[in-house]
Amino acid sequence: MTKPTPPRRVQIATATCLALLPCAAQAAESLNALVWCDHTDPALIEPFETANDVKVNRREYEGTATALALLEQSRPGDWDVLVIDSIDVPRVIDAGLMAELPRDQLPLDDFFGTVEMKDSTSRDGKIYAVTDKFGYNTISFNSDKVDPADMQDMATAWSDKYKDRIAIYDYYIPVMGLVAIADGFKTAELTADDLPALKKTLFTMKENARSVGEVVASQTALATGEVDIVVGGGEWLTAVLAEENPNLTWTIPDQGAVRWSEAIGVLAASEKKDLAAKFVEYIVSPEGQARLATSSCYWGMPANRKAGEHLTDAQKSVLRWDEQDNYLKRAQLYPAPDADLDQKMQDVWLEMLQH
Amino acid sequence: MAGARDTVRGWGFVAPALLWTLAFFVVPFVVMAAMSLATLEGRELIWGVSLENYRRLFGQAYLFRAILVSVEITLTVTVVSVVLAYPLAWIIAFRVPERWQRLALLLAILPFWTSYVVRSYAWLLVLAREGIINKALIGLGLISEPLTLASTRFATVTGFVHFFVMLLTLTIYANLVQLSPNYRRAAIDLGANGWQAFRHVILPLTLPGIVTGAFLTFVLCIGDYITPQILGGNNELTGPQIIMVQLGRGANFPLAAAMSIVLMALVTLAYLAAARWLRLDRI
Repeated sequence: MTKPTPPRRVQIATATCLALLPCAAQAAESLNALVWCDHTDPALIEPFETANDVKVNRREYEGTATALALLEQSRPGDWDVLVIDSIDVPRVIDAGLMAELPRDQLPLDDFFGTVEMKDSTSRDGKIYAVTDKFGYNTISFNSDKVDPADMQDMATAWSDKYKDRIAIYDYYIPVMGLVAIADGFKTAELTADDLPALKKTLFTMKENARSVGEVVASQTALATGEVDIVVGGGEWLTAVLAEENPNLTWTIPDQGAVRWSEAIGVLAASEKKDLAAKFVEYIVSPEGQARLATSSCYWGMPANRKAGEHLTDAQKSVLRWDEQDNYLKRAQLYPAPDADLDQKMQDVWLEMLQH
Repeated sequence: MAGARDTVRGWGFVAPALLWTLAFFVVPFVVMAAMSLATLEGRELIWGVSLENYRRLFGQAYLFRAILVSVEITLTVTVVSVVLAYPLAWIIAFRVPERWQRLALLLAILPFWTSYVVRSYAWLLVLAREGIINKALIGLGLISEPLTLASTRFATVTGFVHFFVMLLTLTIYANLVQLSPNYRRAAIDLGANGWQAFRHVILPLTLPGIVTGAFLTFVLCIGDYITPQILGGNNELTGPQIIMVQLGRGANFPLAAAMSIVLMALVTLAYLAAARWLRLDRI
């Protein structure tokens, strides 16, 4: 009996399908990373995947509370790498979620000034996370439409002089930190007693604002001319817009600004700790840092100075590379509220939105 | 014996639907209801029976206002969508030649093919200070300064209406084309004028289509947070936005669950109000 031969068209179709199947792309191993959106950029991840024959599965999240909820709902070992707000690293260390990182493999001596944040990322001499990127929540603006001198004073930037030309970045922690700095408080020492003063300033700001939006909405508002100022913006907001519109820029006002900082570490429950640590080492290497700094999601300063060797002058100019030492002195870290203060801050923020 | 076999067979046929409903509606609903009675102490979830979340929802002004804003926007969108969709469905059903009706319907639902988020951002660009509407009005000399259209409730309602007019057009059209032209002819023969025939004959007969579409609009609109987020500029928060904030920022699942239960209660009220006319077999 002769084996029936499939029609020629079927043969061709099957051969085409087989040829198109991504067999060759199957990596030997995989890593699961819970990250901020800048760590999802293929231009950042693919070099590591290719060099190590590994697939890095990225799950993007916003807000530490979401990350903690995701980790809580997952099985141990589901996640290998965590990117988290640097100020929240102590929380995850306390919860026993982080694994120790090999100090000798991390280029900490090449880091900018204080960005290492040893107090947050280390415990008893052991390193549990490493800062990989930082930047500022400050004032972004269209220099063609507003007086740049006005932007040096936060009270003027969100005053009625610019009524309906202001957007507020919709994240309560940095913006309330910025308001605290404008009101003369220290972000690290905020208490519930300070909230009435912050609320008053926030309400004033809201009365003069056109909108309150997340990253893309704020960028769209600034790029389309809907607003001319974004309170809480910074290099991360305007850098990707600067090429098309160099007038979209940012500054650190005289009162200062809030410094955001993200850290990366390996999860204690990971079953691939060595590979995960290798990924962390790649991210803080000069090459990885340069790619992370210019990630398609948002730009920010690399923690490692040596990333500068891999960035163009134009990229460094957008990031204000040469002014970092001065900026770092003038900026304060995000407020790090405990659960109770955090809830109260959210209440104030939501009240402001409904105001 | 045969009766028992029929009963078993009947349960066999019904079981998949029952299990589906149990797994994907009843169990999640019970869990959500239980969660709404739990509390947060610090960041720790405490299971129990507490009405604290509901007390906050109705006691804290900004939370209660979110419920009111949701209802106001939803009712506005539903009414405006019905008012716009009915004539459109009428024109497609009775004025467009039959061979072109499919194309007309296709054109009416064309915006469905675009991503919801992309469509909202597109509206943001259209309504912006330097968007096409303001530029056209300034170009025509009708205004000298751009109007504030984006980041307002008007923008939110516009984005919603654009979407839901398509949905309502479909349900009303489906109802209209089922109506025999003899109803209208009979009304005219009996001395009614065009308006009276519509008011007393056609409109009541098309109520199932209107109410079904309106109910779907209500359900979808009151649960949506993307459009108010993008087009409303966060200048006022709706219930779903509060839910997202509680889940995303504070991991406050109990408060989010309580708000979800309140929204479900509103949908139930809408259903009860519309139940008399909700006849899916008529559309």
